[in-house]
Amino acid sequence: MTQALSSYIPALTVAASIFFICTLRGLSMAATSSKGNLCGMIGMVIAIACPFLQRIFLSSQNDISWQILVPLTVMGVGGIIGLCIVKKIGMAALPQLVAAFHSLVGLAAVFIACAVFSAPDVFGIVGSHLDNIPTSNAVEMSIGAAIGAITFTGSVVAFGKLQGFISGKPLRYRGQYIVNLFIAIVIAVAIVMFVINQEAWIFCTVVLLSLIIGYLLIMPIGGADMPVIVSMLNSYSGWTAAGIGFTLENNLLIIVGALVGTSGAILSNIMCKGMNRSLISIVLGGLSRGSEQAVSSNSGERKNVKVCSAEDAAFIISNASSVVVVPGYGMAVAQAQHAIKELADILKGDGTTVKYAIHPVAGRMPGHMNVLLAESNIPYDDVFELDDINHEFGATDVVIVVGANDITNPSAKTDSTSPIYGMPVLDVEKAQTVLFVKRSIGSGYAGIDNPLFYRENTMMILGDAKKVVENILKAMKG
Amino acid sequence: MVTIFILACFVGYYVVLRVTPALHAPLMSVTNAISSVIVMVALDAVLVGLYEIERHGGASVWFGIFAILLATANIVGGFMLTRRMLSMFAGKKKHVTEKRQ
Repeated sequence: MTQALSSYIPALTVAASIFFICTLRGLSMAATSSKGNLCGMIGMVIAIACPFLQRIFLSSQNDISWQILVPLTVMGVGGIIGLCIVKKIGMAALPQLVAAFHSLVGLAAVFIACAVFSAPDVFGIVGSHLDNIPTSNAVEMSIGAAIGAITFTGSVVAFGKLQGFISGKPLRYRGQYIVNLFIAIVIAVAIVMFVINQEAWIFCTVVLLSLIIGYLLIMPIGGADMPVIVSMLNSYSGWTAAGIGFTLENNLLIIVGALVGTSGAILSNIMCKGMNRSLISIVLGGLSRGSEQAVSSNSGERKNVKVCSAEDAAFIISNASSVVVVPGYGMAVAQAQHAIKELADILKGDGTTVKYAIHPVAGRMPGHMNVLLAESNIPYDDVFELDDINHEFGATDVVIVVGANDITNPSAKTDSTSPIYGMPVLDVEKAQTVLFVKRSIGSGYAGIDNPLFYRENTMMILGDAKKVVENILKAMKG
Repeated sequence: MVTIFILACFVGYYVVLRVTPALHAPLMSVTNAISSVIVMVALDAVLVGLYEIERHGGASVWFGIFAILLATANIVGGFMLTRRMLSMFAGKKKHVTEKRQ
């Protein structure tokens, strides 16, 4: 009877794969997205049930209850940890949280590869000699472990940079490409050696070097490039799963790995297009040298910036009939979205149209701004993507840029020497008045001067985004 | 296996292309959660490893236990985070046809 039952397990893995595909499909619309998430949970429950069922079929004679209790207890503890992380960190630190979770997958994948290596016959992959892994499986296993290790340290560094305990400034030293290239070659050689010898120390070397290269790859990358990096690490966590799936000839892992891997790759591609840069140039950190030149060439020139008070801003805004808000990372840091929503409600009460323009790389992860605006109950219909709103700026009275800079920089369109030349930007300068809410008169994250600051129709309001918007609110009410 | 992999990549490509940019953040956290499906392997390591523990010793089981711990933390955390994000979008359906001008 147990034999007959165990033949259902392939069917279960197919069901789980379908649920996972439905998960991604559900996210195509906000209305179906919650169902999609539910599909994901069901798929995961099915996937987790499979090994337990298999274990029960394996032997029904001896007492197995305690052996099942061990992983169940561990899962319980893990689940509680996961819950605590989400509860404690909360939405304010969304990009960090996602990076932290990526690192967990990476480390788990490394442990799994170690488990497979230390007892390959548990997983039914045994070569001609006992305790010897067949060549193809060994290749896939070491690649899976290497990507997992890169994902782990890379995500930890990304987390540190986003959280602020590692400097967001790019860390560079001379010859870093050569060092990275050298390590990559050593990893490749070590993988080949491992496949031939299958000695434990070589496997450890592969993992260790991958951990190091993950760290070295992400350290030189600045905060503004984080949307690309976070989605790239997302993609890596998928390829790791696929690698382990190939090692163990597990179709579900291959399918899920491919889904997650392509999803992350598409996101990184969208982010790269949003910055008009190639993934390779971001990983190699090509931006820095150009921007240093740009800063030095522009410093000392025009410094006529019009700074205005919250009262002036309130006056300008209340006389406008159309307002577009451009949020950026500064809004996320200050958590200003609720104050903005309040301001928008007052304006709408007076018959002013209020819209929000979102650049693909605004914030520190894909979709960062959308989540924050949704959090403060800003209607979905008022939120527009770059291409949908860019032609409307000419007919807009006031644009309020909240904690964004580079994504509005017109030199990306005009100045071919600018490091961000060619990057799609929001045409805010076409509006009658531009209000910049900024912490200080400084260049943006990329260190690039923004000519918009010196224009006649630009006003700067300096300070924390939330406080500034609250002051404007006060002035409008009073 | 390679066939399955390539087909799954295609499915992933076409499905993810249709995801609205507004939902890219939940997309990331949900894909992160489902990539933890590798917990299956860790469970195998522990369940089968305990069954045949005399033959293998404990190393594989211990690695498996750590992997289960990390992966379930990620599964639960990832799905909860996604749910929380999506609950903010819920009830605000997009009416493409009735956009106010």
